[in-house]
Amino acid sequence: MADTVLFEFLHTEMVAELWAPDPDPGPGGQKTSLTVLESMGFRVGQTLGERLPQETLGFREELDVLRFLCKDLWVAVFHKQMDSLRTNHQGTYVLQDNSFRLLIPMASGLQYVEEAPKFLAFTCGLLCGTLHTLGFQSLVTAFVTALPACECWRWCLHAH
Amino acid sequence: MAVCVAVIAKENYPLYIRSTPMENELKFHYMVHTSLDVVDEKISAMGKALVDQRELYLGLLYPTEDYKVYGYVTNSKVKFVMVVDSSNTALRDNEIRSMFRKLHNSYTDVMCNPFYNPGDRIQSRAFDNMVTSMMIQVC
Repeated sequence: MADTVLFEFLHTEMVAELWAPDPDPGPGGQKTSLTVLESMGFRVGQTLGERLPQETLGFREELDVLRFLCKDLWVAVFHKQMDSLRTNHQGTYVLQDNSFRLLIPMASGLQYVEEAPKFLAFTCGLLCGTLHTLGFQSLVTAFVTALPACECWRWCLHAH
Repeated sequence: MAVCVAVIAKENYPLYIRSTPMENELKFHYMVHTSLDVVDEKISAMGKALVDQRELYLGLLYPTEDYKVYGYVTNSKVKFVMVVDSSNTALRDNEIRSMFRKLHNSYTDVMCNPFYNPGDRIQSRAFDNMVTSMMIQVC
């Protein structure tokens, strides 16, 4: 099915384009690219946060929203559910995906671990944007220990 | 069949508000503003109820002598408020629900428009046309 890989190809090109050697390398170059990717993901997340829950009934609490993220959102974007969700019930959630779609074609193991963060920036923004639309201010960071598994940590600052 | 349609952002400022009788617009603005309290009451009441999940359609918010005000809230806490003429008794609950669903779909389309910044006033012509079609049917 070609449509499942279309987004992966687009994403690879986005990262490659933003990481292309800058003719005038400033000191904040790399960081701006990460921010650009995250903000792109944020805007996409905002629209997904409107469109995907359209047919479902209202969310009652934070856990409902997180469940929506792990199931509906992840399935819509990556065609699989999140593998595990852990929480400390005080606003921090850890979402784990053992075979993150965007990292699968790269490697399986420890090779390229340093390059992995830039491929996660868009997805972090995506989660942040969706949460923002659904009413939660949050901070999302991602870790990769061994490709293609990745973990996203999310701190909830406050619900508004 | 609607006399006034309003889209209110989650911070309670209007993203879009339009009413048919061009004179007396202020009265409708005021009505929508006062209905926000009722919307908040309904949302918090539903939160405390033992229902598993809450519905998006809030139903009749409050009736006045000439008009009836209906409400709908999305998952992103954006509220839609619709004022209809009381004399139009043929209007049933199902019709109001389908009007809100149309509004919700159009609003989602506006959000997905890359030229729209979330939080700005809605200026989309497609959205305007859809609201016009909802208002014109009264004549």
